[in-house]
Amino acid sequence: MELYNLTIHELHEKLQKKEITSLQLTEAFLKRIEAVDGKIKAYITVTKEDSIKQAKEADKRLASGKDITPLTGVPISVKDIFCTNGVRTTCASKILNNFVPPYDAAVIKKLKDAGAVILGKNNMDEFAMGSSTENSAYFVTKNPWDVERVPGGSSGGSAASVAAGECTASIGTDTGGSIRQPASCCGIVGLKPTYGRVSRYGMIAFASSLDQAGPMTKDVTDCAIMMNTMAGYDPQDSTSIDAPVPDYTKALTKDVKGLKIGIPKEYFIKGLDSDVEKAVKDAIEVLKKQGASVVDISLPHTDYAIAVYYLVATAEASSNLARFDGVKFGHRAKDSKNLLDMYCKTRDEGFGPEVKRRIMLGTYSLSAGYYDAYYKKASQVRTLIKRDFEEVFKKCGVILTPTAPTPAFKIGEKTADPLTMYLSDIFTISCNLAGIPGLSLPCGFTKDNLPIGLQILGKPLDEETVLKTAYSYEQATEWHKKRAGVEN
Amino acid sequence: MAITKKDVQHVATLARLALSEKETELYTEQMGKILTYVEKLGALDTKNIEPTTHTISSRIFRKDEAKPSLPQNEILSNAPEKAKGCFKVPRIIE
Repeated sequence: MELYNLTIHELHEKLQKKEITSLQLTEAFLKRIEAVDGKIKAYITVTKEDSIKQAKEADKRLASGKDITPLTGVPISVKDIFCTNGVRTTCASKILNNFVPPYDAAVIKKLKDAGAVILGKNNMDEFAMGSSTENSAYFVTKNPWDVERVPGGSSGGSAASVAAGECTASIGTDTGGSIRQPASCCGIVGLKPTYGRVSRYGMIAFASSLDQAGPMTKDVTDCAIMMNTMAGYDPQDSTSIDAPVPDYTKALTKDVKGLKIGIPKEYFIKGLDSDVEKAVKDAIEVLKKQGASVVDISLPHTDYAIAVYYLVATAEASSNLARFDGVKFGHRAKDSKNLLDMYCKTRDEGFGPEVKRRIMLGTYSLSAGYYDAYYKKASQVRTLIKRDFEEVFKKCGVILTPTAPTPAFKIGEKTADPLTMYLSDIFTISCNLAGIPGLSLPCGFTKDNLPIGLQILGKPLDEETVLKTAYSYEQATEWHKKRAGVEN
Repeated sequence: MAITKKDVQHVATLARLALSEKETELYTEQMGKILTYVEKLGALDTKNIEPTTHTISSRIFRKDEAKPSLPQNEILSNAPEKAKGCFKVPRIIE
């Protein structure tokens, strides 16, 4: 098998056995990116020189035999939402076209400290607002399984880079499904951890009460390996949880005997693609055969989640994005009459249409006279959604659902009507509103050979049971071994 | 929910966005549709329900101690305009 198709744990073994050096590996990936990224367009920036430098450092570390982690020398990519010291960070927006952060985001620092090699920064929907990566101000990323289709979003560049073999693994962010939905569309594993499990420091904020960073990988083992490095308390993030980090790889057992799996009836609805429904139902049978039992559950407020999300997330975004005003960094409009004129022109020139739409919606729902009817009402319904989960988790250990109602859709199919696009997040949004962990992993293919994602939701801070369930299923199936086969 | 062009213009001013005429018309239509969609929340009785603004309750505070921050030249390195160690902006008072 080609090196670019291997997982973190497979490459770690090769690096440790000195079958290959990190430099050789990094050069192989840079070559692969050169060969296929013109077609896939997963990267906004490729950091060739930096990655070669990091690879050489990693090789020294590997040679010394000291302080080696499973990520040492392994080439990965990161979503362009994470601040990287000295490397342009755009958030796929024109307003940050020339922004070069003077510091690393907390997770970037952790990955670098572990010895990971960062190949570059992935394309995404501008400010993580979107479900298809079509809202990037730079270009559209293509789905490696079918280049006429979207890779999902907003972490679409990250997902595509993993699926096309342009990196070993990547990291994304998930505010309403932005890790899980592209993972599902591209046939890879993606985990949104419990809110607060991973530091948000240095991650450009979209909706602060929902945003979480997480791994996007070729299999569940890699996902656990990445979490071991990414998770943990950070005093620089006041919403970070001060709880011990378990060794997530210890959860990778096939022991699901006695595990109760909740199946919510609200997730098997009209509009659910028949191939997706069949794949998810088959997956439930696989876990049943391994000794898990199934409980029918109800999450009665599911139908309200999108409405709540598009009020809460836009309100938080309108506040977070106020910082892009042309004063301290980023784009500034020319020839302004005065300060106010400069603000308004800078923001009109710098933000794309979806970002403006969400800032407008959020500003409206927070404005005088509408706050109670919109933002407050949405936050109260959010409580009801959270309670739904608290109730059902008394009866089951994990919840199984499809990740998305359909496989990857065609480029341009949903851009005309924002509301239709919003509805593609219907199964992923509640998880963020409730703050619980959620993972998507491959569970089959449609008749057109498009990947299908299975979503596993867990209790707060119980990523271990989620990973265990995912691992048990994965080990009994072959889906994770299929590659998109993008030609060099 | 009917939202007028005048409402959209007012919100644009609050949001510091200089929208074009075309954008104003488009957002009037699209925001109207989205606001109609979210009206479904009105069907739920939320009397006496506490709003959730953060899903984790533990707010962690740290000691108020001075610590080193990034040096001034690095903070200013991304400034569109700077002068004498400060961010420079267009005239505020006419």
